[in-house]
Amino acid sequence: MKIEEVPQERGAISDNFHEVCYAVDDDGHYVLTASAGWEPKNIANNQVWELIEQEIAKALKGIHAGKLSPLAFHMAKNQMNKRLLAQYAGFSWWRVKRHLKPAVFKRLNLAVLERYSDVFKITMKQLQQFPENMDHLKHRKL
Amino acid sequence: MKIDFKHRHSAHCESGVSSNLLFHYGVDISEAMAFGIGAGIFFGYLPFLRVNKLPITTFRCEVGGIFKRLTKKFGVNVYWKKFRSQKKAMDALDSCLEEGIPVACRTGGYWLPYFPSALRFHFNMHNLVVYGKEGDEYLISDPVFPEPVVCHRKDLIKARFAKGALAPKGTMYYLSSIPEKIDFAPAIIKGIKEACRRMLKTPGPIIGIKGIRFLANRIEKWPKKLGKRKAILHLVQLIRMQEELGTGGGGFRFMYAAFLQEAAGILNENRLLDLSGKMTSAGDRWREFAVIGSRNCKNRATQSDSFEAMADILRDCANREAEIYQELMAVVH
Repeated sequence: MKIEEVPQERGAISDNFHEVCYAVDDDGHYVLTASAGWEPKNIANNQVWELIEQEIAKALKGIHAGKLSPLAFHMAKNQMNKRLLAQYAGFSWWRVKRHLKPAVFKRLNLAVLERYSDVFKITMKQLQQFPENMDHLKHRKL
Repeated sequence: MKIDFKHRHSAHCESGVSSNLLFHYGVDISEAMAFGIGAGIFFGYLPFLRVNKLPITTFRCEVGGIFKRLTKKFGVNVYWKKFRSQKKAMDALDSCLEEGIPVACRTGGYWLPYFPSALRFHFNMHNLVVYGKEGDEYLISDPVFPEPVVCHRKDLIKARFAKGALAPKGTMYYLSSIPEKIDFAPAIIKGIKEACRRMLKTPGPIIGIKGIRFLANRIEKWPKKLGKRKAILHLVQLIRMQEELGTGGGGFRFMYAAFLQEAAGILNENRLLDLSGKMTSAGDRWREFAVIGSRNCKNRATQSDSFEAMADILRDCANREAEIYQELMAVVH
């Protein structure tokens, strides 16, 4: 890759950020140059975010239908599955699975809720909340 | 409390941390050189290891391998420690900083607040150097960021004790002693030999050149075997592994080419210059693969962008790289 070929196609990466690319200058020497992003990478990244958004939407749908507890939303938003969340919270995964039921979640004591809110870095009040729809959660589009 | 540590922006976290740590102790080494001596270049298609149900393809060696091989060849002593207790892990870090030792930590990228939100995924192989502390804020030289950053104690604890695959478990390491004189030439030769041996002679079908060909055969079958949607997800994963933050472009091939170029100067060996150029061309082919792959992801693929065409590019990459490693073997023999 030559220096003039180093892509500068800004995608999801925030403004002040650029990464190092190895490229060849006119004399054939390798130099470190900054790249603001690259279209194929932006496309790939966007695909991943779409998947995450799908998971969040699925969780919200379940919550609104009364089948899932708000925990499902926070779990999806933090890109976790039951197993990973269980490891972070220090519960067994089947306990997490139980806590995803609205009826069980309502009766959880403070100590359990605190563990979850610590994992997600939110307050206990926020842990009970979830948005109406995906409007503010859409990540980034190309 | 702040150690005078020179932050150098790098492409890849592990080779960046390795070269920056050595540089701090007066060893003038570039990132590419650290990557090459550490024999970082690799290929492995690992269908049985999965992230989000998608197979892992890796263009670099195992986590920690670059640093391990580099320091071993240089005769540098390294202090490693894992922790169970979060408090002990932070205390150990603090006491090192008090003594003026910059400490490298393994972390989970998801919890580092200075990461752009678009790049915050759960991945537990991120290396960084802590070089100071002001109150509860740690001063961090994260090699993939242009400038040094700060991170609150709480976040650093979370990052150091991230969970999931390859959990860092509070791992920290630093250089404990450095020999008076470091000779690059023998280390370079050894590093090249190791890399070539791994790429050419690893048994089994999924590692090295054979691995690239294996992947090519698999890719051809993806649309039929997995259906269109899943085939594209597999492809996305592959492109990300190849180009995502930290490879320096072309799945580390450009970085390795830069290493070969530098090595040519040190060893006074013009054949390495030639091979560096060939490696650059191989990297360019990998980039082409990513371009076509992403067109498929966006439904912008034309007739000539089929999965078969991609497989052919991969086979071409395999052929080019096979030739390079064979010639390299001859040069360093």
